[in-house]
Amino acid sequence: MLKHLISIHDYSREDILKTLEMAAAFEKRPNQPIFSKKVVASVFFEPSTRTRLSFETAANRLGARVIGFSETTNTSLTKGESLKDTIKMVSNYADLIVMRHPLDGSTRYASEVSSVPVINAGDGSNQHPTQTLLDLYSIIKTQGDLNNLKINVVGDLKYGRTVHSLLQAMSHFKPTFKFISPEELRLPQEYREYLSERGIRFSESKLLTDNINNADIIYMTRVQKERFSDPIEYERIKDVYTLNSSMLKECKPNMKILHPLPRVNEIAQDVDSSPHAYYFAQAQNGVFTRMAIIASLLGRENL
Amino acid sequence: MEKQLKVSAIKDGTVVDHIPPDQLFRVIDILGLINSMSQITFGTNLDSKRLGKKGIIKISNKFFEIDDINRIALIAPHAKINIIHDFEVVEKHVLSTPNRIKGIVKCMNPMCITNHQEVETLFTTIVESPQIKLLCHYCEKVTDKENLKIISNRH
Repeated sequence: MLKHLISIHDYSREDILKTLEMAAAFEKRPNQPIFSKKVVASVFFEPSTRTRLSFETAANRLGARVIGFSETTNTSLTKGESLKDTIKMVSNYADLIVMRHPLDGSTRYASEVSSVPVINAGDGSNQHPTQTLLDLYSIIKTQGDLNNLKINVVGDLKYGRTVHSLLQAMSHFKPTFKFISPEELRLPQEYREYLSERGIRFSESKLLTDNINNADIIYMTRVQKERFSDPIEYERIKDVYTLNSSMLKECKPNMKILHPLPRVNEIAQDVDSSPHAYYFAQAQNGVFTRMAIIASLLGRENL
Repeated sequence: MEKQLKVSAIKDGTVVDHIPPDQLFRVIDILGLINSMSQITFGTNLDSKRLGKKGIIKISNKFFEIDDINRIALIAPHAKINIIHDFEVVEKHVLSTPNRIKGIVKCMNPMCITNHQEVETLFTTIVESPQIKLLCHYCEKVTDKENLKIISNRH
């Protein structure tokens, strides 16, 4: 049995499918207080309203009680306590730890010093595996299957950790990727190699609407201003990569638009009412997926 | 023969030969010889047919575990290890990069936890010496040869 969820690499194809199955069961019956005797610690060393609320909702719907902190100003960390000591202490109090931290690899380290399961809710620019699993849940829920899908991935493909984890997780399911980004934010060489080694088909483009009518999923990400050394370049690009409803006229009926949120201007508001828009439902799926992850790490094989 | 005179022969122990001269002291560091009680002789910038110049270390009555000696493959991939018994070479080792590297190397990612807290680094070798690409167990970023920094090893 898996003890922690730190990186999407920790989950095999079977682990992923099992988690998604359990998430579907939780969606059918979201209030299942099966862990009323458990305490979940939610330790956020950097603020993240969305992810934290999603996890805490999941824990509450499972009947668990939640302790923790959402930023570090009032904790002993400001007194110089090491991460090791904080995690040792928290793992004595709680049955499971949900952790976000600004440093890469911090959650892997925490899992090594903790006596209870640790779930990575984001470690710096490295991993955010529960986001990936909820993305996959959204895909299987809307497409009925994870296999042989055509997925357009748009935006910041260079720094976007959700993109990197998504392509690694989806590589179990024979997808065809179209990577759409400005030159500055192109998918790094190591990920292109990763896909090639696994025989995954992909192509690259700079044009937002490329192959749009053929796609099953369009995965949008935010293009962040701070990634550009030249602000004029950013101004030029941000409008080129805005998806609007007129581009969706001839899309496949099953096509869904995903976005890890928060959105800025990469999806125009006029898309929100389109049947293709799925990003808000996607966020709700996060609660069911996280319920499944918490349940399996606390020892539930099935429901 | 002249070489023999520069760093005298040992009766029993380990000889690390063909070390690039600029790596000699790092090899000493990685092997933890700073606190060793063995008799150690070394020379550097000696003439070598293969390297032009080379360094050599002779450690009396000391025999390393393969995994420990392989750690120097990171900085001296062509070094030759000779095991000496009674002034004779009884065994030769060619170095290979270990699959897992604990300590020794610093992660090149400034945001990696190992560069901020007292966490021993740990890498998986994805490309062996001499190119070298090491995957950090913690931050999952790659440290390559151009960015390889050795952590001093004074245990």
